Amino acid sequence: MGGEPRAARRRVGGRVPLPLVVPAALGLLFLVLPLAGLLIRTPWTTLPQRLTEPGVLTALRLSLQTATLATLLCLLLGVPLAWLLARVSFPGRRIIRALVTVPLVLPPVVGGVALLLVFGRRGIVGGWLDSTFGITLPFTTTGVVLAEAFVAMPFLVIAVEGALRGADTRYEEAAATLGAGRWTTFTHVTLPLVAPGVAAGAVLCWARALGEFGATITFAGNFPGRTQTMPLAVYLALETDLQSAIVLSLILLTVSITILATLRDKWITSP
Amino acid sequence: MRMGARVAALLVAAVVGLAGCGDGDDGSAAAPSAGAGGSGVTGDVTVFAAASLTESFTRIGEDFEAANPGVEVTFNFAGSSQLATQINQGAPADIFAAASPATMKTVTDAGNGDGTPVVFVKNQLVIAVPKGNPNGVTGLADLTKPGVKVALCAEQVPCGAAASKALDAAGVALTPVTLEQDVKAALSKVKLGEVDAALVYRTDAKAATADVDGIEFPESAGAINDYPLVVLKDAPNKTAAQAFVTYIQSDVGRAVLTAAGFQAP
Repeated sequence: MGGEPRAARRRVGGRVPLPLVVPAALGLLFLVLPLAGLLIRTPWTTLPQRLTEPGVLTALRLSLQTATLATLLCLLLGVPLAWLLARVSFPGRRIIRALVTVPLVLPPVVGGVALLLVFGRRGIVGGWLDSTFGITLPFTTTGVVLAEAFVAMPFLVIAVEGALRGADTRYEEAAATLGAGRWTTFTHVTLPLVAPGVAAGAVLCWARALGEFGATITFAGNFPGRTQTMPLAVYLALETDLQSAIVLSLILLTVSITILATLRDKWITSP
Repeated sequence: MRMGARVAALLVAAVVGLAGCGDGDDGSAAAPSAGAGGSGVTGDVTVFAAASLTESFTRIGEDFEAANPGVEVTFNFAGSSQLATQINQGAPADIFAAASPATMKTVTDAGNGDGTPVVFVKNQLVIAVPKGNPNGVTGLADLTKPGVKVALCAEQVPCGAAASKALDAAGVALTPVTLEQDVKAALSKVKLGEVDAALVYRTDAKAATADVDGIEFPESAGAINDYPLVVLKDAPNKTAAQAFVTYIQSDVGRAVLTAAGFQAP
């Protein structure tokens, strides 16, 4: 996804070296085995009946909606942020770049508490929203979107910034010498150039938002149909019934992998 | 000689304690051999206990360690149901203390209990409200007033099951804004001021008196939670585990539990 048009892909001959294949295989195994663990314990006989339980579809729909909205929000705010970090040099850029990764390091539950302290009823921003407009964010679907966006945005920003830094700036310079302003250059040259990077970032961002648990349950709470997304439903199912938790996880996995695989073929041309 | 053996046992326990951080099963080999002094127990004891026992069990554990040098008590506090799942999936634990008999049953039904669980305390629900009770809540009926936001535990966890029982007994239909994953999460929503009330255990409200008031209500008598306790079948250190279970039920242990707001069984 380097985006360098002249680098034609060609096979760098010979056998694949063992020191790469062995760790690669182990790495794959490590990532895939837990999935196999879920599959082994799946109660296949009662599966159809569990799938049609009313709460399941509600949670799945809410998950897909909120993850998509959160991704859109991240694109809207995250792409310009990534551009700023990659293309404009200003004092304190390094610190800003480090601050962007805060949600990655912060345990999501702490992130949820932090969101409450800002957007909660007694929060700095939330209190004002409540008293001025009568808007409350905790325990609402909007709250779920905010929590997911908070946790997922760094994935998008980092991916897009990486793509921007890897992109050839000569195209942008050429556009500038031809009289294009920075905005026109951004929309007509830069954005098309890094589109695969943006797409990859959006996919990561969406996947992270879909699986979000800690910040969501802390900031938005858990109420079926309003804030109970699939990961929350899985967690609570785990409290009483391991098998139903496995089924719910499997649904979430199947849906997300299907969507991701489809989009990947569409957006990112595979080698 | 006796002294020497004891010092050796202490050293072993200390080394094991250091090396086996969070990996409780290492202590088993060293445990039974040392029979010198005190109640004669050494080694690690790993206790899986309901979140609502956090404060009192930590305290009792410290007292037990002080009374039995060479014993180290390690706790894993979480929602009872989650702990039950961990135990049934083979987590190395010596003792399980649950917040409801139903959760305990999933462990004993799976054949993981050693003997019959004993109920060692009872707990009751109260209405937790922000300090000073700004909404003037006096009973369950006040929670249905418009604009009063309420957090309950989800029905899958013991405090949620108790809450719905109490609400049924009172004939109060209540729409909470959230169904929290455990009692501490429900309480923290009150502490943060995001809800106006939550149904929590009396012990949890008592542990948070700096931030919340606990309002007693009569219907909670119909939804008392029994807390059962059992030594596990695959306990790595059964001798010490049994000693700790006895200690919890002794006068010393009971005094700590009563002070925390628990009732005698």
